[in-house]
Amino acid sequence: MVGLTGAKFSPFSVVKHAILWIAVAMILFPPSILVLNAFKSKTEFSQTSVFKLPASFLNFDNFGTVMTRAHLDRAYLNTLTIIVVAVIGNVLLGTMVAYILGRFDFKLKKTVMGAYIAVSFVPTITTQVATFTVVHNLHLYNTIWASIVLHLGTSVLQLFIYLQFLHNIPRELDEAAMMEGASLFRIYRTIIFPLLTPATATIVIIKTIDIYNDMFIPYLYMPAQKLAVVSTSLMNFSSERSTEWELMSAAILMIMVPIVVIYLFFQRYVFAGIVNGAVK
Amino acid sequence: MTDSLSYAKQKRMLIILFLLVPIALLAMFALYPALYLVYLSFMSWDGFSPEKTWAGVGNYKEVFENKEIWAAFLHNLVYLGWGLFQNALGLFFALLLNSQLKGRNAYRVMLFMPYIMNGVAVAYMFNYVFNSEYGSFNTLLRSVGLDSLAISWFGSPHAVNHVLGFITLWKFMGLNMVIYLAALQSVPSEIIEAARMDGASRLQTSLRVVLPNITKVIELNLFLTIIGTLEIFDLPFILTGGGPLGASETFLTKTIDTAFKFNNFGMASAMSVTLIVAVIVVLSIQRFATRRWSD
Repeated sequence: MVGLTGAKFSPFSVVKHAILWIAVAMILFPPSILVLNAFKSKTEFSQTSVFKLPASFLNFDNFGTVMTRAHLDRAYLNTLTIIVVAVIGNVLLGTMVAYILGRFDFKLKKTVMGAYIAVSFVPTITTQVATFTVVHNLHLYNTIWASIVLHLGTSVLQLFIYLQFLHNIPRELDEAAMMEGASLFRIYRTIIFPLLTPATATIVIIKTIDIYNDMFIPYLYMPAQKLAVVSTSLMNFSSERSTEWELMSAAILMIMVPIVVIYLFFQRYVFAGIVNGAVK
Repeated sequence: MTDSLSYAKQKRMLIILFLLVPIALLAMFALYPALYLVYLSFMSWDGFSPEKTWAGVGNYKEVFENKEIWAAFLHNLVYLGWGLFQNALGLFFALLLNSQLKGRNAYRVMLFMPYIMNGVAVAYMFNYVFNSEYGSFNTLLRSVGLDSLAISWFGSPHAVNHVLGFITLWKFMGLNMVIYLAALQSVPSEIIEAARMDGASRLQTSLRVVLPNITKVIELNLFLTIIGTLEIFDLPFILTGGGPLGASETFLTKTIDTAFKFNNFGMASAMSVTLIVAVIVVLSIQRFATRRWSD
C-alpha cells in the first residue's frame, strides 16, 4: 500500500491533490473575500468589484473604526475574563469529578455518571426558560458571572477525556504515596492533577474555543451593552450598519482571526480532544 | 492534617467535598431545568404571571396538530439531506487523507478550520457571499455569464433552506472527516496489506475491508448529523430570522419564538420535550438496527 500510493508521479495522487485543492479553495473563498474588502475605503469599495485587490493592504482605517464603534476592545476584555475564570474553574472541577469517579467506588457512583450522560441528551437551548429562572434567582442576570457559571460545569465529553487519561495513570502510584502516608487530597494535588496535564491542555483549548464562539448565553443573560462579548458585539454592530460592507468585513475578520490563530498553533490538542471525546 | 485520618474517612470526606460544587452545578443548570421543562409542558403559562394552570396533554396535542410546526419540521429534513451528503463527503476526504499523501496534515488542518470558526462571524460572512446584489457568489455567476442563476438566495422560499444547509455542510464537514480519519487510522494496516496482497483493488479494499471495520464510527457520525439536523438553530436565527414568510423556520427557532415571542411557555416546553424524545428515539432505533446488523 505504502509503495503504491507513495509513488511520486502516480496520476492517482495528482487527482487526489486536485480534489483537495478544490475543497480548500471552497473553504477559503468566503474569508478571502472579506480580506480583499476589509482594506478598502468606502468610495473604493463602491467603485470596485468585490474580487479586486484593495489599493493598499496597509489601510487599517476600517479596523480602527470597527474597534471603537463596535467597542471591540471591551468585548475582547469581557470574553477574555470569562474564558480565564471559567476555564480555570472548569479544569479544577473537572479533574476533581474525574478523580472521584475514576478512583473510588461508592453507592451513588453510577447515578452521578448516569446524570452526566442523561443531561447531555438535552439540547441546552430548549431548557432556557428554567435556566433563566435559576440565573435570575441567583442574581446573576446581566452580570458577567452568568456566563462564567454556565460554562463552569463539567460536560460528558470532558469527563470521558479525563477518565480515559486517569485510567492510564497506574494505581500503584496512588498506593505508593499511601504507603508513605500521603492524604488522598495530596495524592490528587501532587500526582493525579499534574499527570492529567495533557488532557487538561486539550480541554483548555477546546473550552476556550467553545466559550469564545458562544453566542446564546451572552445574548440571553448579558444584554447590557457594557457586557457584550465578541459574538454579541458583532450582532449589535451588524444590526446598526449592515450596509457598510467594508466595515462589516473588517469586523468579521477581527472576530474570526484570533480563534483561527489559536487553532493553528494548538491544532494537535484540538484534534486530540475531538478524537478522544468522539471515538472512544 | 488529613494525613492522620483513616483512609476510609478521608475517602468519604473527599467524595462529598469534591462532588459538592460539580453536583450543585449539574443539578441547578441541567437537571432542574430538564425536569422543570417536563413540568411546564403540562402547564399553560405566559412566562410572567404568577399563575400556571394545568393543561394536561393539551400542549402535546397542539404540537402534533399544528401545521406550522410540521412545516418547520420539514425544513429540518432539508438540512438532513445536506447532512447526509456532508457525511459522505467527510468519509470521502477521510479516505483520501488516510493514504500516503504529501501535505496531508496541512489539508486536514484546512478542511477542519471552519468548524472552530465563530458561528456568528460565519453567518455574517455568508451573508456577503449570498447577498443578491453585491454578494460574491452572484458576482461570480454574472462574470461567467450565468446571470439567470444569480437569484436572491435568502429571499427565495425554495432556495433559502438549501443555502443554509450548504453553509452547515461548509462548517461541519471537517468534523465528520476528522472523526472518520481517526477511525480509519485505527484499522490495523496488516488487514489492508493482506487484502492488497490477495489482489483486491484499492476500491475493493476500501469497500470490503476498511468500511466494515469502522461501522461503529459511521453510526456515531450519522447520529451526530441527525441530532445536529434536529437542533438547527443559530444560522436561521442570525441570518434570516425564519424568513421569508417563515420559509426557513426550523423546529427550534419555532420553539424559541413560541416561548419568548408569543409567551406560550407551556407549548414551547412541550415542543422541547418532543424534540428530546425524538433524539432518544433516533438513538434507540440506530442502536437496535446496528445491533441486529452486526449479529
